[in-house]
Amino acid sequence: MSAVVFARHAMTPAERLRDAAWVAFVGLVLGIPMVGLTTVDAGGRLGVETRFGLLAAVVAAVFGGRLLLRWAIDQARNRKLERERASTATAADRASGALKLVNFLGWVALGTAITLPILFSDNRYVVDTATTVLIYVMLGWGLNVVVGLAGLLDLGYVAFYAVGAYSYALLSTQFGWSFWEALPVSGALAASFGILLGYPILRLRGDYLAIVTLGFGEIIRIILVNWTEFSGGPNGISSIPRPSFFGLDFTRSPAEGEQSFAGFFGLEFSPMHRLIFLYYLILVLALLTHAFVSRLRKLPVGRAWEALREDEIACQAMGMNTTHIKLSAFAIGAMLGGFGGVFFAARQGFISPESFVFTESAIILAIVVLGGMGSQMGVVLAATLLVLIPEFGRGLAEYRMLLFGLAMVLIMVWRPGGLLAHREPTLRLKPLQQSAPAKEAAR
Amino acid sequence: MMLSMEGVHAHYGHIHALRGIDVEVQVGEIVTLIGANGAGKSTLMMSLFGSPKATAGRIVFDGEDITRVPTHEIARRGIALVPEGRHIFPRMTVIENLQLGTVHADAANYEADIARMFAMFPILEERQAQRAGTLSGGEQQMLAIGRALMSRPKLLLLDEPSLGLAPIYIRRIFQIVKELNRNHGMTILLVEQNANQALRVADRGYVLQHGEITLAGTGAELLASPEVRAAYLEGGHA
Repeated sequence: MSAVVFARHAMTPAERLRDAAWVAFVGLVLGIPMVGLTTVDAGGRLGVETRFGLLAAVVAAVFGGRLLLRWAIDQARNRKLERERASTATAADRASGALKLVNFLGWVALGTAITLPILFSDNRYVVDTATTVLIYVMLGWGLNVVVGLAGLLDLGYVAFYAVGAYSYALLSTQFGWSFWEALPVSGALAASFGILLGYPILRLRGDYLAIVTLGFGEIIRIILVNWTEFSGGPNGISSIPRPSFFGLDFTRSPAEGEQSFAGFFGLEFSPMHRLIFLYYLILVLALLTHAFVSRLRKLPVGRAWEALREDEIACQAMGMNTTHIKLSAFAIGAMLGGFGGVFFAARQGFISPESFVFTESAIILAIVVLGGMGSQMGVVLAATLLVLIPEFGRGLAEYRMLLFGLAMVLIMVWRPGGLLAHREPTLRLKPLQQSAPAKEAAR
Repeated sequence: MMLSMEGVHAHYGHIHALRGIDVEVQVGEIVTLIGANGAGKSTLMMSLFGSPKATAGRIVFDGEDITRVPTHEIARRGIALVPEGRHIFPRMTVIENLQLGTVHADAANYEADIARMFAMFPILEERQAQRAGTLSGGEQQMLAIGRALMSRPKLLLLDEPSLGLAPIYIRRIFQIVKELNRNHGMTILLVEQNANQALRVADRGYVLQHGEITLAGTGAELLASPEVRAAYLEGGHA
């Protein structure tokens, strides 16, 4: 007789009771030495005492827990069966269910993002970390265009981030350009680097493409390290101007004839003002990125990117110009990375090649892959996880990267397609509704 | 004349894959190319499409020389290719696949063309919201054909449409080829290993061997020809 039943069917209450009794019995047998008996210090000698009261409680808990567990499993199974029986137009229904969930998650995330600095307005650490998360979200969305949508594996994405950061740093420190003037120019510059990288590798695919992009990332970094007159070499560029709030600086004592943010609004000066402003700035930039990419995805160019990811030969057979498709993906991905870089430079006030190492590319790529290639909401989840895991793991000191790696492995084992692998079709189903009444009429 | 290839040569690196091909397709014809594995059938089809480009000779489509025209431009001039192995877009839905067939077509025809495809392939209407990768092989082949037809081509190139399909689907595919030709006046160039079926539906056929055309004739002539029977229909007994 098999006592503990691994039932594939729903159990009757009697079966559940018997099952729980057996599990409780096993618990009792194991519990006698482990819980029921304990050693005590009896005046220098070791004595044994019994704790049968505690043992009884443990066995009762095991019994109750098992009963509850089985009941819950049966409930879940019944509900699933019912759902399967009830649903008729399954694939479309499930897709719209997933879509609703993703939409809901999106609104929750947006609400959290907007209220966070208000709730934590005096907590520098929280606002700083949240800003970092948003930078990675934005970079993830940028790389998502190249890797997730167009399917071009890019291991050197950080190069464009660096181009954006250094463009702003040099334009502002050398020529006195403001953040808002430098932003579009730096983005355009990064986009041209994207095309520069794109041209020679048009014919490459998969692994070969990845290796060349990896090399490109390293070339940019090595140029930045060695071309000291241009980039400051390993010392980097410091005292990069911070962005102002419509011309109002975030300083304690504004220059002659100018007003500071705190002064203009009659607030007491606080260094948090700038942090919160920076936070909202990156939030706006990230949201613009999202709107831009989501829009593109529904346009012919976005569909062409996805088609390219799916099958290059078919793209050519459909009369698509794969050269243009690839270059546009590289250029737009690079531009978004460049915007991220500009913000990074403005936030840090200091940049050096050390911020643009391969690990950064790898983390951004991990965000895209773990999030579910091509999923915008997946990028948000993955970026949040990948930034927060090392933060929460600070207590573990040198083991935290181990935790980071473990989390990545677990995500890939449980969700091989990424956290949100569902792909939302860009096309609604119009003809089906038209033809449904026609079918009715035919009957 | 819909299409003519005159003395076309093509290379894959150092490999001389096509050695002076002369092929003609008239308006409203089904023409089939048969030949063994590696004879150059697919290369011929692809060089028509400009990938690889012909290294010598001339390809004329609809009165225009397309020998040097880039691949994506050739598609725009009215040649649609159903590639070997189907090459549908697996993660996209059926309807998105069909829609991608119209990249360079007139958007005004879209609804009508979709309705036409659904009438021709009812299974595609049922499966329209499904990811194309979850369709069976035969359904995928129908999707690939439907997608190619969405651009309203003048010439349809079918590369091994029966490859790897169940017998019931193979029959269906050849039936579709015939219907397209008879009822819709579609001009079709069909590459097949399944010589028997291909020659039965074709008006004319060419036999390709080591990159050269060794035999040409009507479908019935080729079916009756002892060389063809020996090489492609009766398992190689001379």
